Amino acid sequence: MSAPRMPDECGVPDPFPYMHPTMKENFGDWKYHDRPRPGVLHHVANGGDQIWTVRAGTQRQMDLYTIRKLCDIADEFADGFVRFTIRSNIEYMVTDESRVQPLIDKLGEEGFPVGGTGNSVSMISHTQGWLHCDIPGTDASGAVKALMDELYDEFTKEEMPNRVRMTTSCCQINCGGQGDIAINIQHTKPPKINHDLVANVCERPTVVARCPVAAIRPALVNGKPSLEIDEKKCVCCGACFPPCPPMQINDPEHSKFAIWIGGKNSNARTKPTFHKLVAAGIPNNPPRWPEVAEVVKNILSVYKEDAKDYERIGEWVDRIGWSRFFEKTGLPFTKYHIDNWRGARTSLNASAHIRF
Amino acid sequence: MGKNLHDTPMLDQLESGPWPSFVTGLKRLANDNDMMVDLLGQLETSYETRKGYWKGGTVGVIGYGGGIIPRFTELLDDNKEPLFPEAAEFHTLRIMPPAGMHYDTNTLRKMCDVWEKYGSGLIAFHGQSGDIMFQGCTTDNVQPAFDELNEMGFDLGGAGPAVRTGMSCVGAARCEHSCVNEQKVHRMLVNAFLDDMHRPALPYKFKFKVSGCGNDCMNSIQRADLATIGTWRDDMKVDQDEVKAYVADKGRKYVIDNVITRCPTQALSLNDDDTLAVDNSNCVRCMHCINVMTKALSPGDDKGVTLLVGGKRTLKIGDLMGTVVVPFMKLEDDDDFEALEELAGEMIDFFAENALEHERTGEMIERIGLINFLEGIGLEVDPNMVNQTRTSNYFRADDWDEEAGKWNERKAAG
Repeated sequence: MSAPRMPDECGVPDPFPYMHPTMKENFGDWKYHDRPRPGVLHHVANGGDQIWTVRAGTQRQMDLYTIRKLCDIADEFADGFVRFTIRSNIEYMVTDESRVQPLIDKLGEEGFPVGGTGNSVSMISHTQGWLHCDIPGTDASGAVKALMDELYDEFTKEEMPNRVRMTTSCCQINCGGQGDIAINIQHTKPPKINHDLVANVCERPTVVARCPVAAIRPALVNGKPSLEIDEKKCVCCGACFPPCPPMQINDPEHSKFAIWIGGKNSNARTKPTFHKLVAAGIPNNPPRWPEVAEVVKNILSVYKEDAKDYERIGEWVDRIGWSRFFEKTGLPFTKYHIDNWRGARTSLNASAHIRF
Repeated sequence: MGKNLHDTPMLDQLESGPWPSFVTGLKRLANDNDMMVDLLGQLETSYETRKGYWKGGTVGVIGYGGGIIPRFTELLDDNKEPLFPEAAEFHTLRIMPPAGMHYDTNTLRKMCDVWEKYGSGLIAFHGQSGDIMFQGCTTDNVQPAFDELNEMGFDLGGAGPAVRTGMSCVGAARCEHSCVNEQKVHRMLVNAFLDDMHRPALPYKFKFKVSGCGNDCMNSIQRADLATIGTWRDDMKVDQDEVKAYVADKGRKYVIDNVITRCPTQALSLNDDDTLAVDNSNCVRCMHCINVMTKALSPGDDKGVTLLVGGKRTLKIGDLMGTVVVPFMKLEDDDDFEALEELAGEMIDFFAENALEHERTGEMIERIGLINFLEGIGLEVDPNMVNQTRTSNYFRADDWDEEAGKWNERKAAG
């Protein structure tokens, strides 16, 4: 028996061996960029070198045939180099402008939409969902595919007032992150506990400590050590479910979708903001989640119509006010829109500023 | 090989429409990979019942305590046997990409070959934490798959209560806004703490993210325990001829409405001769005007970074943005980088010693107060750390004179 192979702790690889030569040569020495058309960036270096980037959407969860196809395109049209964006778009770089159009044509032929730049709706960054996650309330890849089918034209064009960055998350942990529009599962019922399993599966003190509202306490149930929930206190966040799978929070009917808007990670103009609730109670309806798409498209069309140039969704709502937002979108305003978590009073209107 | 496909009427509906379909890809793999046949079976079941069927477990590689995300099916038949046995184990290898997510096709093809040999053939570029996710592997194949990827020069990322995979924007490689060598910062920070990544023993996760300017394309302020944002402290650069050209092209009204009045601190003014006046002492480096007028305006030359600490999402106390702890720090020579690495080490050590189990850095700061954190890692207070000073008069000011003296001394020292 030979000794096992120990890992080479090489860490994050140096990107230079994998980088397009023109990017290597002009590293840290770029002068300006413009966008000749949606989906194409054109960067000019101080020394005069130019590089065109063609950005295309992918399905993120890619089979190796798709990856090899993307590689074939890179080998034929783009010197054999690619990079990916944080939203799983692929980028091809070329140094000769005449190669841009054939590359775009090829990507189109192979079914990869060119876009996601500037004031477009870019690809939705998302989570794992039923495909691979251990705690999902819904699927991610499927919901994103269905939504991107609906928003396809907004990806390939740059017609929004400013960029729109969307996210989806298949539980309330919200791995998808902040977004101009975030589409997240919202559980509406406390966990259903399988008391036969708790003692063997869960580290009970850990689970008690997880609860943000101290609604969980140890208890003897049917003579077995288990946990019980004060259902009046429970906010259905699902935090207890990952460390204790017998506390099932996901429910085919009662785990709904909620839509949040106004998340912004950029510091441009206004400071970064978190997204805020606008709709909830939307059914979890695979395979195409039409009710979700309807709400999202409604918000996007009102934003597109009403916002000024360069206003992100959150900035637009800050300008027109929340009452106007609900009026324009026709979405109901409920008691659930009013925050009741710690620090919530700072989100209330402590002024006589009212729009009539 | 050669298991027949299960009926997947619901998933089939995701094959139509213009956006690339992951379902078509899964089916293509299923033609010669039985794991994918059964994965499709389980996924279709999830679509029908609207329930997830994976549970976690413990799978790893020799020498590491994290980086593999184990998944075992929970869909069992009446005999407690997996309903979809070929996908009963469907683990993920998290592999850290080259900083900035650059690839040559040779490397991608090699990765595909490894995954064809040992896994399901499904790879995500990239997960939310920034890893390449090699999805779908049996317990037995995890080690050989990792060994081959490791031989190629790739390493497992973070999982669990550990330093996590970092992220950096394209930055200096292709962006004129870049104020720092993002890749270098990213690699230095993560690679300095590989022990805390590969052998998870922290209270909870710790994330580094690096953005080269205030546009923060990596979403670091909201998601990183330590966010590094490129900035500059001298004047922004203005090419007045390009300003004039831009005004001539777009018109004065457009420029006033979309550049001048959008400045958050009213630091811009359009002169009568169509040149731009900039009040640099009031510019907050928000990037808006530079984003709009890419030819005319650019960051200054005296570049560095702003550091923010404690960004995270909701669990457990609510969403937290990172807080400024270092308003400006030069990052040019080796000493500068070493100072940042040392500071990050102080933060991780302080976090390891003082955070409660499953508590993120931001939550710890919320609990103990920013001052205790700053004193713990040896940083001085700075008015750039606050949006406003306190409104509550419930505080003890015994040492006011001493603290005011410290400030005056620092000011005198320049």
